[in-house]
Amino acid sequence: MKAGSNLEKVINSGQFAVTGELGPPKSADVSMIKEHAEAMRNYVDAFNITDNQTAIVRTSSIGVAGVLLQMGLEPVVQMTVRDRNRIALQGDLLGAVALGVKNVLCLSGDHQKFGNEPGAKGVYDIDSMQLLKGFKDIRDEGKFIGGDELEAPLSVYLGAVANPFADPFEYRVDRLEKKVEAGASFIQTQCIFDIDRFKRWMELVRERGLHKKVAILGGVTPIKSLGAARYMKNYVSGITVPDELIERLQGAEKKKEEGLNICIETIQQLKEIEGVAGVHIMAIAWEEVVPEIVERAGLYPRPKL
Amino acid sequence: MITAERKPLEEIFEMLVPYRRIAVLGCGTCVTVCMAGGQKEAEELAAAISIHRKKEKQEASVEAFTIERQCEFEMIDQVAERLKGFDVILSLACGVGVQTLVEHLPELIVLPGLNTKSMGYPVEQGVWVERCLGCGDCVLHLTQGICPITRCAKSLLNGPCGGSAEGKCEISKDTECAWHLIHDRLAKLGLLKVLDEIQPPKDWSSSHHGGPRTIVREDVRLESGK
Repeated sequence: MKAGSNLEKVINSGQFAVTGELGPPKSADVSMIKEHAEAMRNYVDAFNITDNQTAIVRTSSIGVAGVLLQMGLEPVVQMTVRDRNRIALQGDLLGAVALGVKNVLCLSGDHQKFGNEPGAKGVYDIDSMQLLKGFKDIRDEGKFIGGDELEAPLSVYLGAVANPFADPFEYRVDRLEKKVEAGASFIQTQCIFDIDRFKRWMELVRERGLHKKVAILGGVTPIKSLGAARYMKNYVSGITVPDELIERLQGAEKKKEEGLNICIETIQQLKEIEGVAGVHIMAIAWEEVVPEIVERAGLYPRPKL
Repeated sequence: MITAERKPLEEIFEMLVPYRRIAVLGCGTCVTVCMAGGQKEAEELAAAISIHRKKEKQEASVEAFTIERQCEFEMIDQVAERLKGFDVILSLACGVGVQTLVEHLPELIVLPGLNTKSMGYPVEQGVWVERCLGCGDCVLHLTQGICPITRCAKSLLNGPCGGSAEGKCEISKDTECAWHLIHDRLAKLGLLKVLDEIQPPKDWSSSHHGGPRTIVREDVRLESGK
């Protein structure tokens, strides 16, 4: 056990893990996100809290994690290297752990040009690999990136992201291996719409035995409308939406229902792929469907460990 | 070379309003080659300023001339007396030239006519690309001559992020993903293994983040320890 979080326990028990994603508001009014979290309470093992996602200013991930902890829910704090240097990132890790956070997800973050402060200075002092390795060394060696020693040990369960849909494709498994070496215990992937490509990636993952070293949670997103599918295809960095999926939605009478069906089918397929340890549901702006997805995918009730 | 672009005319007209005798001073090196601040551009800009001032019925005398490099005291000295005859010098050098003029001749008012862009080269006629950030700790040996600090929008050191698609960067379909280029080049050279190693955090103290940088070479100084 690295930190003994609920997520870690579920993964280590070998049961199919379920995480959900919550996007903090563009205000300090957290009533809505609390409502969403409450509705998902018994349906996910942990809640990812995004870190100013798509570079839009929002309540901080650590702040919302604190709110969730007060509610008795388990956060996965996302931390990007876009907005903070190594001093702030390491300080925030300590702060998060002090609040009771046990899971941290390390990522690069979308470039600041996509957000509502496109003139911001991008920090990128370290990259996501170095962040992961730095946090692992804080935990395992008791040392900060610069070599100074921590005054007391800490435990944290570290995760990273992988995007099997980014290029160069053949490099994506090398990168995963590097992240495992850097300290990732679990991986959450970019949204899977192109399941064939994901399967090809998993084949390469299994060839190297990486699925035995790291828990891979496949990312899914229920598509609410044809417009949303097209938007993701054309404008969201790092996401591939196959034409067949667009056509299927186009042909469907009830788009929302079809979007939900596609999402649930994807999870069912993920459950059948050797080496997939769970699912990460990103129903941003459609959080209320998460319980239905979890139930219909046969993942309810969640294990109590 | 240093690349630069002329500031918008309106901005230049606005900053010159308080001044009557105006020198537009070109620079004969980098900015001449990148067609932003050579003699030709200085003359064109001087003409534009004259016409504008006539239209606005604001008196002005505008002259254009050029020195080889505005970033060397010796070359500034060649025109020092002439420069002192103007109310303002509109420098068409990079930011280094403007500051060298001010440091060397503090009595002058010197304004920038260009926006300095980067260190780069012309990849084709009319297109200049950035290739070096001057980070002070070159990594081109690791990446076989393609700089991730400069060319990756996130200055990543451990491979492409999840936003790399079909060889392009997430910030624009017109921007190549530096790490895709590095990956392909290393693959061709049979050196992909290099990417497996986790590169440690960069020491940015050798870059501007450590404060303005000075190089001191005692072996070539005329007065040691000056």
